[in-house]
Amino acid sequence: MAAVRVLRTWSQNAGRLICVRYFQTCMNVHVLKPKCVYFFGYPSFKYSHPHQLLKTTAALQGQIVQFKLSDIGEGIREVTIKEWYVKEGDTVSQFDSICEVQSDKASVTITSRYDGVIKKLYYNLDDIAYVGKPLVDIETEALKDSEEDVVETPAVSHDEHTHQEIKGQKTLATPAVRRLAMENNIKLSEVVGSGKDGRILKEDILNYLEKQTGAILPPSPKAEIVPPPPKPKDRTIPIPISKPPVFTGKDKTEPIKGFHKAMVKTMSAALKIPHFGYCDEVDLTELVKLREELKPIAFARGIKLTFMPFFLKQAASLGLLQFPILNASVDENCQNITYKASHNIGIAMDTEQGLIVPNVKNVQICSIFEIATELNRLQKLGSAGQLSTTDLTGGTFTLSNIGSIGGTYAKPVILPPEVAIGALGSIKALPRFNQEGEVYKAQIMNVSWSADHRIIDGATMSRFSNLWKSYLENPTFMLLDLK
Amino acid sequence: MLIPFSMKNCFQLLCNLKAPAAGFKNRVKSGLILQSISSDVYQNLAVEDWIHDHMNLEGKPVLFLWRNSPSIVIGRHQNPWQECNLNLMREEGIKLARRRSGGGTVYHDMGNINLTFFTTKKKYDRMQNLKLVVRALNAVQPQLDVQTTKRCDLLLDGQFKISGTASKIGRTTAYHHCTLLCSTNRTFLSSLLKSPYQGIRSNATASIPSIVKNLLEKDPTLTCEVLMNAIATEYAAYHQIDNHINLINPTDETLFPGINNKATELQTWEWIYGKTPKFSINTSFNVLYEQSHLEIKIFIGIKGGRIEICNIEAPDHWLPLEICDKLNSSFIGSKFCPNEITMLTNILHRTCPEDDELHSKWNILCEKIKGIM
Repeated sequence: MAAVRVLRTWSQNAGRLICVRYFQTCMNVHVLKPKCVYFFGYPSFKYSHPHQLLKTTAALQGQIVQFKLSDIGEGIREVTIKEWYVKEGDTVSQFDSICEVQSDKASVTITSRYDGVIKKLYYNLDDIAYVGKPLVDIETEALKDSEEDVVETPAVSHDEHTHQEIKGQKTLATPAVRRLAMENNIKLSEVVGSGKDGRILKEDILNYLEKQTGAILPPSPKAEIVPPPPKPKDRTIPIPISKPPVFTGKDKTEPIKGFHKAMVKTMSAALKIPHFGYCDEVDLTELVKLREELKPIAFARGIKLTFMPFFLKQAASLGLLQFPILNASVDENCQNITYKASHNIGIAMDTEQGLIVPNVKNVQICSIFEIATELNRLQKLGSAGQLSTTDLTGGTFTLSNIGSIGGTYAKPVILPPEVAIGALGSIKALPRFNQEGEVYKAQIMNVSWSADHRIIDGATMSRFSNLWKSYLENPTFMLLDLK
Repeated sequence: MLIPFSMKNCFQLLCNLKAPAAGFKNRVKSGLILQSISSDVYQNLAVEDWIHDHMNLEGKPVLFLWRNSPSIVIGRHQNPWQECNLNLMREEGIKLARRRSGGGTVYHDMGNINLTFFTTKKKYDRMQNLKLVVRALNAVQPQLDVQTTKRCDLLLDGQFKISGTASKIGRTTAYHHCTLLCSTNRTFLSSLLKSPYQGIRSNATASIPSIVKNLLEKDPTLTCEVLMNAIATEYAAYHQIDNHINLINPTDETLFPGINNKATELQTWEWIYGKTPKFSINTSFNVLYEQSHLEIKIFIGIKGGRIEICNIEAPDHWLPLEICDKLNSSFIGSKFCPNEITMLTNILHRTCPEDDELHSKWNILCEKIKGIM
């Protein structure tokens, strides 16, 4: 299958019209109709050796075009290159940004005049570039119509309005757009152009296609494809036969950095610990009532009271005191166990950057209100990203309130050098039986514990969990043992 | 004259994506004066971006008036560590923004008026705009001695800078914006714009500090409102348009489709810090150890806001070499920000053997390093 392209070039010196034909084999083209023949407008640059164009070749011939830095205004002659948006080998379309230059407090975005491949960058970062001198070399597939190059070729200026012609109709479009239209059997005359002077842009073709087939073609390689089923053929406009939607998304590989790197390291260390899980259900009906009563008082003191202070206090002051092994730490070879005196309970917090675990120090000697205050402070710092190292280190036990987002059961991963962790599910209203055998509305929360099975056994965890649960289900019992 | 904005306003007609000029050729020559009701620096910068990208300014120049709550705005190719006191800004809750135009660093608050002149690329002329401002000021106060300089600043009484300029030139449109010091907090301005960070080596555009003065200090009748009205009047007279200031809401997606995305992008770490040109820090600090001071040398190379090279040299007897190396390699690739360092220190604590002394040394080192961020 062959498509014929005909080019006209002006030879500036000769002042004559030289007509050149290129024959090109194009494997992707489906259509052989004469509308493939199109005429190009007059290019803006001169050839120094026009006789070379008279060769016919079956291979794709690229033209290397020197893209010069155009006039910026205010008589500026030189600028500094501040940022390159492309590198050698990149493909650019007309109007894509090439680089950012700066001159005397003005930041200028230089955009490409051509479609093609960048072949050479003439400057490095922070170099001084001169107006009128080459900036980049672009290899283009064929001669292009350019927008505002009247300065260089005054002979062309009166021909600005001579547009490309297809079957006698005037339609403005770049070759890339024409090819896209051709590949999809679209008549350019039927497409409404939204560019300058009614120029047809790539988006116009895509919009036209969208209307025709109901499928969305990707405008750029990164877009995801969701092809809906094609609409029924009950239109007046004939629906062109479209190719099945092609997914041109590419995989994106990037190195793991920052917080993710932190997670990788911590979790790899955690992998060495043999975990076992233990889950249970806690009836928080009484606690919910208690909190409702205490909330306004705390608020009056400027503190937001959640359920967390209660969970922490029960876990630490009471639970861990009875089962100190859960507040311990083992060394790397698991040869020595250190029972930690302070109960520094960590709260897993979800921030914009990722998971962080600040801890409340010495929960065993804090009142519920004090714990609430500290949690407020950590929460505020956590969202602002201003937690200090002290806040984040020294934890001995962790609670994760994943239920605030959702979920019932979890299998939390222990954060070394700790030996146990608990994940709290969301509080749900469920029917339960009370002592008298009647059904009542209970506020149920599920807790999932994980512990280091090298030093903690199931029975210990279970007893701890029962104790913790009993204090939460009967808040008044707390009063007896509260320090 | 302030007019609340409505959809049916002629502004809507002007807000076409660069459509064929044919439809507009027959329109009467016009222009537009806009004023933002928001004092959020990111939203206002997003309005500038939006107008620059989407409006057809052929024969229709636009003037945009805006003011921001306390913020620091750095130029497109500047280095925030070099330009301002980031620690003080974090403490005081002062926002940092990077604009898309070039130029130097400015402090914004409600006493500092921002003016943006939008034109086509062909009609871009900064001096013309500044002369307009001078005329407006003299219209209010004829005795005021305000001059333009070759650097496109405005000087009061020949020595005090009251306005700085920056601009952005695109493919077909351009804008020139400048500030106007009316009643800014000058002491705050000077303390914020002084960088405490030592040893920075970079090719970023450096700001040139100047002595400034508020117009209000010169003449108490020159309030922000008075000045904004005067400039709008002069602009309207010059471009022969109605003297209407149209109030706009920068978060209105119906008027400015896609503007909230632009505002979001301006707030990302990647834009504000990540766009800093490559630079390096070469400094040292002292730690107290057994009643003597030990010097720790630091060399950090930062590219795109992330640590590319990290070389922390501590005396071997204080911190073993392999631990130091571990610290160095763990920092590479992380963002040059205190938060990330805290996180990294945290993992090191978790993944390394329990050693309180070592941990405390790490903590000290990290706190010091955070101090230079």
